[in-house]
Amino acid sequence: MTARDILPILGFALVFAAAPLLVASNVVLNFLVFTLIIALAAQGWNLLGGYGGQYSFGHAAFFGAGAYVSAILQVRLGVNAYAAFACGIAKAALVGFVIGFLAFRSGLRGSYFALVTLAFAEVLRVLANAAEVTGGAAGILIRLEADPRNFQFAERGTFLWVAGGLVTLALLATLALERSRLGAQLVAVRENEAAAQALGVDALAVKLRAITLSAAITGAAGGLYAQYFLYLDAQIAYGTWISVEALLAPIVGGAGTVFGPVLGAIILHGVSEATKSVAGSIPGVDLVVFGIVLILVVRFPPREIPGLLGAWRRR
Amino acid sequence: MGFPPEILLEAALNGLLTGAVYGLVALGLTLVYGVLHIINFAHGALLTAAMYAAYVARTAFGLDPYVAALPLAGLFFLLGYAVQRLVIGPASRGRDENILLVTLGLSIIIENTMLALFRSDTRSIDLPYAMEVVAFGPTLLSWPRLVGFGATILVALLLFLLMSATATGKAIRAVAKERTGAALVGIDVAHIYAVTFGIGTACLAIAAALLLPSFYVSPRVGNAFVLVAFTIVVLGGMGSVIGALLGGLIIGVVESLSGLYLGDSLGQIGIFLIFILVLLVRPTGLFGARA
Repeated sequence: MTARDILPILGFALVFAAAPLLVASNVVLNFLVFTLIIALAAQGWNLLGGYGGQYSFGHAAFFGAGAYVSAILQVRLGVNAYAAFACGIAKAALVGFVIGFLAFRSGLRGSYFALVTLAFAEVLRVLANAAEVTGGAAGILIRLEADPRNFQFAERGTFLWVAGGLVTLALLATLALERSRLGAQLVAVRENEAAAQALGVDALAVKLRAITLSAAITGAAGGLYAQYFLYLDAQIAYGTWISVEALLAPIVGGAGTVFGPVLGAIILHGVSEATKSVAGSIPGVDLVVFGIVLILVVRFPPREIPGLLGAWRRR
Repeated sequence: MGFPPEILLEAALNGLLTGAVYGLVALGLTLVYGVLHIINFAHGALLTAAMYAAYVARTAFGLDPYVAALPLAGLFFLLGYAVQRLVIGPASRGRDENILLVTLGLSIIIENTMLALFRSDTRSIDLPYAMEVVAFGPTLLSWPRLVGFGATILVALLLFLLMSATATGKAIRAVAKERTGAALVGIDVAHIYAVTFGIGTACLAIAAALLLPSFYVSPRVGNAFVLVAFTIVVLGGMGSVIGALLGGLIIGVVESLSGLYLGDSLGQIGIFLIFILVLLVRPTGLFGARA
């Protein structure tokens, strides 16, 4: 990593650090925090899907694990919120490792991998909806005690700093991965698994490390969601919506690039807010736009938005 | 275990009947996979759209779903043809991940268009025969499900005839086996792809008409069916028509029995676990040839 690589990340961090000082509107701050939570979940997806080429349709499994473990430890056992948050991340990583072990050991890839991850997330959703410890269908509520010691903040701006800080950490981690041996091996597996193996890359080990790391980051997003909204149910934590969000942002912003997920999340949610302000209260219209954006992005490469802008400039 | 044998038999038989219609949903999915080699994530959303179409046919035009089935099948054939020819084909450029993403995008668009048009209320239609039952030995069978079972068998037979006795069917089989070779002997592959996709969507329209008398419709209803359909297709073997029908029957019984023992909310678990197990242990399914 050189100073030139880190500079854009520092720029991003500064912009978000300054935002609470410049913006007072709660609506805007809410929008930014939510977008950053999605961006964090998407950064997790990007490690496995973008760099590793393994398209998961079930990242909700990791988001939900992070969110539920964090909430349950605080509510049921009175564990400190930061410790609970860390346990949530560890649990998500474990879930990622187990799902990855089962799926990759069986040689599932492509559509089959997408299907099996989707099914795992659905199983977890049904279980969480029926179990007692999760509060079942009624959901689980974290008690509101706005105190930094409880990982709760009276000011939304403070939370924006926390979310921005975590996204910055994930950006640095992604950059470090990109420059590392593991990153190179991961890309090799994505481009041609057989060729990578012929060169001595242990594809299974590489994919397992990637899914574990990926799950941990998306799990952190889940834990953050729980701390911010202080409420969870099975549809929020394990619902397909978050799997789709986590996948959509990197695809739109540029899968397998450091800034892709953040850029994609900002573009998608910006477009979504704009649509809502035009279409008013009709439900679903903003998501229709998501779907159209997704198809357009797949239809018209170059996929990355910066690439598209570059192509414009060259014209 | 706990239940008298008549109850178990009745649950199993009703599951079998529902399973046949599941099989019809899966038939469309497996046909598209067998010929185009794509997993169509929009299948569930298309089923939702078809159920709403049957709902509108009933509420706006007073058509009985069983009567509406044929015109709807024609309409959805055209819809499926257009979607494959104009959206999926050009947008995916033959890459597996692209097809996943494009059909996912389609499903998001269709599902949320239904949400915008019909809101999130669950709707059902009133039919005089919806609750009717037929005595079969010691058990009572639901009349709409019995009709669904019979219609599925009929559609499967027609499809078999279409595939084996017509020029189009021959072309479809040729494209499924060897795409390049089929193109070389003058078969329009893009057209055959779209026809196959259209047939798959037409199966959905018929399934929707058969399901509507006994199921509610909501914008997300397709999600529930599509995971069941994926399970059936994976269980029966991707691309296998017989596998889809038998898989449907098996899944119908499993769902009915696990619902009986575990209750409705946990009952779905049985299906998902079968799905995961088959994928992990034998991804080629019971009747599939290739991985």
